[in-house]
Amino acid sequence: MNRYSWRTFILEAVMVLVGVLFFLPVYILVNLALKRPDDPSSPLAPVTDLTFQNFSDAWNQANLGQALLTSAFVTVFSVLVIVAISALAAYPLARVTKGWSKWLFFLFMLGLLLPFQLALIPLYTTIRDLGLLGNPVSLVLYYAGLQVPFSVFLYTGFIRAVPLDYEEAAAIDGAGPMRSFFSVIFPLVRPITGTVIILNVLHVWNDFLTPLLYLSGSNQQTVPVALFSFVSQYVSQWNLVFAGLVITIAPILIAYFAMQKTIIKGFASGLKG
Amino acid sequence: MSSIKSPSLAVADAAAPVSPAGRRTKKFTARRIGAVPWWFVVPALVFYLFVVLWPSLQGAAYAFTNWDGLSATKDFVGLAQFERLLKDPGGVGAVVHTLLIAVAITVVQNLIGLLLALGVNTKIKSRNILRVALFTPAVITPVATGYLWKYLMTPDGAINQLLGFFGLGALQRDWLGDADIALWSIVATVVWQFAGYSMVIFLAGLQGVPEDVLEASRIDGAGPFRRFWFVVRPELAPAITINLMLSIIGGLKLFDQVWVMTSGGPGTSTDTMSTLIYKNAFQFGDFSYGIAMALVLTAFVAILSTAQYKLLGKQGGTK
Repeated sequence: MNRYSWRTFILEAVMVLVGVLFFLPVYILVNLALKRPDDPSSPLAPVTDLTFQNFSDAWNQANLGQALLTSAFVTVFSVLVIVAISALAAYPLARVTKGWSKWLFFLFMLGLLLPFQLALIPLYTTIRDLGLLGNPVSLVLYYAGLQVPFSVFLYTGFIRAVPLDYEEAAAIDGAGPMRSFFSVIFPLVRPITGTVIILNVLHVWNDFLTPLLYLSGSNQQTVPVALFSFVSQYVSQWNLVFAGLVITIAPILIAYFAMQKTIIKGFASGLKG
Repeated sequence: MSSIKSPSLAVADAAAPVSPAGRRTKKFTARRIGAVPWWFVVPALVFYLFVVLWPSLQGAAYAFTNWDGLSATKDFVGLAQFERLLKDPGGVGAVVHTLLIAVAITVVQNLIGLLLALGVNTKIKSRNILRVALFTPAVITPVATGYLWKYLMTPDGAINQLLGFFGLGALQRDWLGDADIALWSIVATVVWQFAGYSMVIFLAGLQGVPEDVLEASRIDGAGPFRRFWFVVRPELAPAITINLMLSIIGGLKLFDQVWVMTSGGPGTSTDTMSTLIYKNAFQFGDFSYGIAMALVLTAFVAILSTAQYKLLGKQGGTK
């Protein structure tokens, strides 16, 4: 079992092949973005005549600078609000198990079952009546509410596992529940905060349908929507399209490769339950 | 894993001599740490009520009206919208496509994810880099992976080129233009993107498999399948539940990849409930019909996820 036998070698070969096959599309994506539009070679052949023209064209024509800013704004503020309100709400839900707390927890968990399509249309009319269509703030409000059930679920489970002794010690030292939460509980559950941040950043940054609805017609688009309208215009110019795709997934990919250990770990530990 | 779980474990160990943390009754909570302020839940509750609960209730109510989303007429029409859905071949088709997608994604993605996890959770030297590579598609924007695969699947795209290169020209297809296979091409795209997602959750579960029991069963002559079924599977039960839940719900709600790759076409062969809800509500001005569909979708999500939870909940209990 512990030796590197020939069986392990065969498994290694198979797994590497599978890994290469999985990664091939990502390679084609970057490779094509670096090729000239008139390059006749196969998309699989490595680029020989390197160009960055596609990137600057895509950047200018799709207004990607604006889109990246809008996406960054929406993602940062949504995730800040989500973490703040979910961690806060999870504390009494985890520590009080009397009737109202139990029912409130079930009420939050109901949100995990409701598909967002049910609320999508009535909420759209509310946002419209509030005059918030086309305003990225509407997205921050939306994600803050939408992501509460899942984040509360993760936080509550984690806080329940923290023994009471720390808060007790804090209480003896004269700390009120507020102080206990901010100085004791919140720092202790830092790992789950990491998981909540990762999952929500991914969801908010990548979401397509809601920004498509709420920001349509305005010049402030998030990245997936800017990409969508850009590709609708240049659908046959794949080199240009792929350069646009590479630019828009670059921030996420760079963050992922830089912190892959933390991200994979945080992602799995939060979800494993 | 260890670094994630360690803070709470360390705390539990430190507390053990004073009083066993696990056995403490909750009744004493308030006396020991003071009352936990209930108003801490208010901000989250307000957002949740405003964005999810209230609009969902409104949505459920609109499904029984003939409201088009703009005009003032909002008459109660009973079950008329649902009758329309039953008689509408496009609507029934979308329900069938949605169920097919959800089942196919759930089965294939988790099977591949499990095999990848078992493969990576070995002594192979490339395990760490493979883990990173296989999870990469899961972080990419679904709109982007949709376009990427739309290109790969064009008649003269990379997939057909690869097939030709290996002498498998007979297998070449118009992957997204053929109404018989377009749905499965979309499923393949989603599976490619999220198999690594399932893998990582399974991997976390595999950390709990006791190495010595595995070794003992090997010595006792248990083959790889028996070892998997009796030693590994019970440890994986929570990971299986989470994975199935996520992929069923994700499959039932699928929109981005479908919209980007086919917009429901060719014809209506890849219309899902999500694309049809969008079309009816925002392109055809048929709000209440769209919402009636969303209500049916809600029922499916609730029934399927409850059913799988009930079925697997028992299995998880043996752990």
